[in-house]
Amino acid sequence: MNKIFWPVLLALTLSACGTTGGTQATVEDRTGGKTGAAGAGQAGGSGKAAGTETVALGGAGVAGSSLDGSGSYAGDPRKNPASPLSTRSIFFDYDSFVVKDEYRPVLEAHAGYLLSKRDARVILQGNADERGSREYNLALGQKRAEAVRKALAVLGVGEAQLEAVSFGEEKPRNEASTEEAYAENRRTDVVYADE
Amino acid sequence: MEIQVIGGAANKIAVAMVPFKAAPGQPGPALTQIAGDDLDRSGQFRLVDVGGMPQPAESAQINYGAWRSKGADAMVVGQVAALPGGRFEIRFRLLDVLKQTQLAGYSYTISAAQWRATAHQIANIVYERLTGIPGAFGSRIAYVQKQGKSFELRVADADGQNPRTVVRSVEPLISPMFSPDGTRLAYVSFEDKKPIVYVQSLQDGARRKLAAFKGSNSAPAWSPDGRRLAVVLTRDEASQIYLINADGNGLVRLTQGGNIDTEPVFSPDGQTVYFTSDRGGSAQIYRVAASGGEPKRVTFNGSYNVSPAISPDGRHLAYIGREGGRFSVVLHEVASGQTRVLTDTVRDESPSFAPNGQAVLYATVEGGRGILGTVSLDGKTRARLSEPGVDAREPAWGP
Repeated sequence: MNKIFWPVLLALTLSACGTTGGTQATVEDRTGGKTGAAGAGQAGGSGKAAGTETVALGGAGVAGSSLDGSGSYAGDPRKNPASPLSTRSIFFDYDSFVVKDEYRPVLEAHAGYLLSKRDARVILQGNADERGSREYNLALGQKRAEAVRKALAVLGVGEAQLEAVSFGEEKPRNEASTEEAYAENRRTDVVYADE
Repeated sequence: MEIQVIGGAANKIAVAMVPFKAAPGQPGPALTQIAGDDLDRSGQFRLVDVGGMPQPAESAQINYGAWRSKGADAMVVGQVAALPGGRFEIRFRLLDVLKQTQLAGYSYTISAAQWRATAHQIANIVYERLTGIPGAFGSRIAYVQKQGKSFELRVADADGQNPRTVVRSVEPLISPMFSPDGTRLAYVSFEDKKPIVYVQSLQDGARRKLAAFKGSNSAPAWSPDGRRLAVVLTRDEASQIYLINADGNGLVRLTQGGNIDTEPVFSPDGQTVYFTSDRGGSAQIYRVAASGGEPKRVTFNGSYNVSPAISPDGRHLAYIGREGGRFSVVLHEVASGQTRVLTDTVRDESPSFAPNGQAVLYATVEGGRGILGTVSLDGKTRARLSEPGVDAREPAWGP
């Protein structure tokens, strides 16, 4: 597992070095339907934003308010739906603990936020699908949480800001016994302690 | 809970459980019904049909020839008498039908609350006198019942009856295990948004956190002397096995490395810890000296063997093995390494041995819900302990 994981960490490290000041100028969200956009404290970004014009202000220390009109984004960059910080779930392949490359921007964004706010803490909650032993699945979920924790640590986030825990198969997001449900349940959730 | 016996050993002992002469106001069901179900579930007995037969209460009234012609090897007769203060006197005898001799005879004075326990005691006496092995019908099981959004940790008699809830939570509960003396339960609760190991007294319900370190805390297993537990912690790196005193002090790490080590269980002599690990590339069972050292691999067949339990005599392991997508209970003879699949269900979990080592309790899924089952060591007798409409899982057999 380490052999596979290290290149990913290396890639994360290198790209982290490539950014400065905790900004995520190179961030591009390729995780799903969400549009690509800038990270915290960086207006503009990839230019792929489709129909959403948001400016994340919190990370830059500038007081501001939401421009998205929904009222749900009140200046906290973690709540900005256009920011990779709003991506809180890292999904894994079957029997795998490797953080896929597509999550690099998400992890960079969270690392950037945590580096800019040293009193912020995240709990990384690993999960597994329902097949097999509950305790073994707890350990599998832990491995997934641990993989995300290590990736954030490599990006410079302090140990005291991170805790990796596991829910195993006990708190499925999708309770069905289908391949689709299993895929949804193989994940690590990034949960901020103050949220 | 209902009992469904699917098969059985070739040479079963035929026993006639003659309904005891009843007393007014006695609790139900009949003692011979409860004890007969116990014997039936073991797979070592065949219950002789007593319908249409005379029902003697004392040995002097027995027509042995008639019972012999019904195929009975042994029979149980008795009577219940009501005593003042709501108490009852139970008198019963176990008789050898062939030799026409008494094998055992006892009387008990009990309260109504001791009714089921007395029936299990009668079954224990019959079982031990006829097989030479102590019965385990008076033992208890723990399991987790999920009902809607509620999780309940329950303790019931070994036949699934008389369940009592000892923990109720809106968050998951897993991995209960009785202390060797049966007075405490260790278990894992997610009520604090992460897995934490608790130890709870069954006498007064008082509990405390045994292991609540940074990260996840799980898989408690008592040492045979009850003085310490093996637990799985992630405080240092991936899930690793530690030993901790029952009072929460004296934490020492038992396994090393960055792989998964989990599901520890002590051998009956306390010298060895069996556990599940993926250190060899797939989930397999290993053993390590309780004093530490290099683990040795125990299972080699297949790519997924997990959740080890060890028999009270240390001769057998029961675990869950996956073959072709089916998760079944496997019995493994420690000395020879020979294995036998005991079940034909596909989603079995969490095996544990009866205190007398003669059966394995496990969880499986049937009709979309979790049920509990027992299986004899020859795999020929499987009984189902289940209640309609509930989801039962995580069973553990206790003393």
